[in-house]
Amino acid sequence: MNSLFNWLDQRTGYKAIVKHALYENVPGGARWRYVWGSTLTFCLVIQFITGTFLWMAYSPSSQTAWESVYYIQYEMAGGWFLRGLHHYTAQAMNILLVLHLMQVVIDGAYKAPREMNFWFGLGLLLLVMGLSLTGYLLPWDQKGYWATKVATSIAAITPFIGPELQKLIIGGADYGHHTLTRFFALHAGVLPASIIALLVVHIYLFRRHGLKAKEPKMRPDAAFWPDQVLKDAVACLAVLATVLFLVIQTRGAELTAPADPSEPYSAARPEWYFLFLFQFLKYFPGGTEIWGAIIIPTVLLLVIFAMPFIGNWKLGHRFNLGFLWAMLGGAALLTWLAIAEDRSNPEYLAGVKAARFEAQRVKELAQSPSGISALGAVELLRNDPLTQGPKLFSKNCASCHRFDGHDGLGIVPQDPQSGPDLKGFASREWLTGMLDPAKVASTNYFGGTKFRDGKMVRFVKKDVAAYSADEKEQLRKVIAAVSAEAGLKGQRAMDQADAAIIAEGRTLAAGDTMRCTECHQFRKTDEDASAPDLTGYGSREWLISIINDPTHDRFYGKRNDRMPGFAKEQILDAHSIQLIADWLRGEWYEAPKLIESPAATGK
Amino acid sequence: MSEANDSSQPGRRDFLIKAAAVGIGAVTTLVPAGAGLVTLLDPLRHKAKAGRFLRVATLNSLPEDGTPRQFPVVSERQDAWNKYPEVRVGAVYLRKTGPKEVQAINVVCPHAGCFVNYQPDQRNYLCPCHNSRFALDGAIKDASSPSPRPLDTMEVKVEADGAVLVKFENYRAGIHEKIVAS
Repeated sequence: MNSLFNWLDQRTGYKAIVKHALYENVPGGARWRYVWGSTLTFCLVIQFITGTFLWMAYSPSSQTAWESVYYIQYEMAGGWFLRGLHHYTAQAMNILLVLHLMQVVIDGAYKAPREMNFWFGLGLLLLVMGLSLTGYLLPWDQKGYWATKVATSIAAITPFIGPELQKLIIGGADYGHHTLTRFFALHAGVLPASIIALLVVHIYLFRRHGLKAKEPKMRPDAAFWPDQVLKDAVACLAVLATVLFLVIQTRGAELTAPADPSEPYSAARPEWYFLFLFQFLKYFPGGTEIWGAIIIPTVLLLVIFAMPFIGNWKLGHRFNLGFLWAMLGGAALLTWLAIAEDRSNPEYLAGVKAARFEAQRVKELAQSPSGISALGAVELLRNDPLTQGPKLFSKNCASCHRFDGHDGLGIVPQDPQSGPDLKGFASREWLTGMLDPAKVASTNYFGGTKFRDGKMVRFVKKDVAAYSADEKEQLRKVIAAVSAEAGLKGQRAMDQADAAIIAEGRTLAAGDTMRCTECHQFRKTDEDASAPDLTGYGSREWLISIINDPTHDRFYGKRNDRMPGFAKEQILDAHSIQLIADWLRGEWYEAPKLIESPAATGK
Repeated sequence: MSEANDSSQPGRRDFLIKAAAVGIGAVTTLVPAGAGLVTLLDPLRHKAKAGRFLRVATLNSLPEDGTPRQFPVVSERQDAWNKYPEVRVGAVYLRKTGPKEVQAINVVCPHAGCFVNYQPDQRNYLCPCHNSRFALDGAIKDASSPSPRPLDTMEVKVEADGAVLVKFENYRAGIHEKIVAS
């Protein structure tokens, strides 16, 4: 064995290198305060290892980035763990960078002859921040997409070259495939290579000038190996343990819904370590952002770069210390303010809730039998009635109608309710309510409409109110029959079991005794019908048709109250109307495990 | 271990520190490397889909004289995160061997996986990569062909309406035996 090592040493001289590396003098002996540089190098190694493995499964394009990260996170063995390690180690690095910088400034290690090394360190700090910024976009989820939009929009206000700079960064006029290929090349190629180059010089300079000992020295000088190495290793272990705790606690990094430029994202925030910059920008009124985004941060950074010179003055070191503490305190205060403001911001909180729902929902849809098509996962949510129905209802229907008392998204609109509450529309329960003398004139049915004193209300209040027990039983059958027209998913089992009752109800509804056909059509054409058609009542086709045009003869004709013809007047496209109809009918993919929708959770 | 022992055995203390430093260093690097390796090995958990009979052509699209024709094979496919309900997953040569009999040959050369071409003038198949030659029925035609076995034939079903169904499978290349790639 020894001869092999000797053979190798004669050809490479490795023993001298190892000796030089390990037997570096540590003035005053090993100390915990010297571990920061090593923990950072360790984090970088973790990032290189985990990043390389993630690279093997990542696909940078706007139709595959989210999808491949989804696949890593939820389908590949241990993928969530690998991605979590990468994510939380990146966060740890930002903290360790600050600690390392603090230790260097406090110990005065930035002063002559170590100025160059200090600057290389600051360069590394900026490169690591660049990694954070570029990495945040790569999953191409709503969170990364909107946060990075803010960053690249800030680039656009750079004087003179702003718009061109932005175009170069995002690879075109809009976000797309080339935004990802560029960010990925920066994140996995340019920035890591630059970091290695700077780090080599950083460590070379560190060795050249030796460690700046903290005075007074507690112990005699010692070699780097093994005492300081052990301290460094223990510190690295502590960092790793913290990261592992976070990874397991949160089941890896978050993956929100796929990026969609047409969907609002009120929960858009940068990663927590950039929150202070985000908050800082709030204090600059329109037209002066350049001060908050570029000028002031650049000046502050220049002061830090100038610290080695400032430190030469009599009170320079104290100024540097004070400046750094003030900056840290300021950043901490701004971060706290950002969090505190968000905590009491209902729009943000609703945004976070909606974001969580969509993240969970898209995962279910991706795991559904139809899976992710070649168009990408963003189509899953766009075509999902459970996701889009409440949003469309809130925007287009809730100024008059309600859904379980709210606007579909859990918010009670300002406008008073003036149309029926459509939760469970055409279900037996809903129809039973409408035929209840106590409820028919309430705002949940006709109370807010011009039909509140109409024939139907009068019929229910007078005739139905006076029904005998037998007649009530007949009405129950009619309700079952009319409700069965809808073919609701939620009533399928009940409709099948009650086939006989439904058949009986159909005969009753079509006959004269129940008086339905005096105004309505039911399974038979009647030119004189003056009220909505009960044939296919509440079915998908019926619902789409009435949303398309309630003034059609089949529905309210000229007597229509205020409801617009959403297709006829070109207010909504056919796809949106279908989504509303499917949502009202409860027709959407249900994952084997139940989840809560914003509608189901109510307000 | 007491302090007294420590100072009396500086060599032992030194060794423990060194061992701890190396041990902790190894463990901390193994965690990310191990996590990466587990994910890297993920493909080993996935098996190829078992062969299924897929509708490929109809009887009357095949020449009566037994000349082979090439057809694409369309199937549903799961490609990592994407699911395609209908996509081309390969190709076959079909040729009539009787009024209601059809032979199906996988277009992939058993030698190294290239796509073999049918040569109408010589009525044989030629692999464009390493010049393996195969007869009409897929048998090795030329003793100097590098292919270890004949072209791979697959099970065929001809339905009453003339539909030709092929049990489409891919096989491992480079070996004498015909083994389904899984």
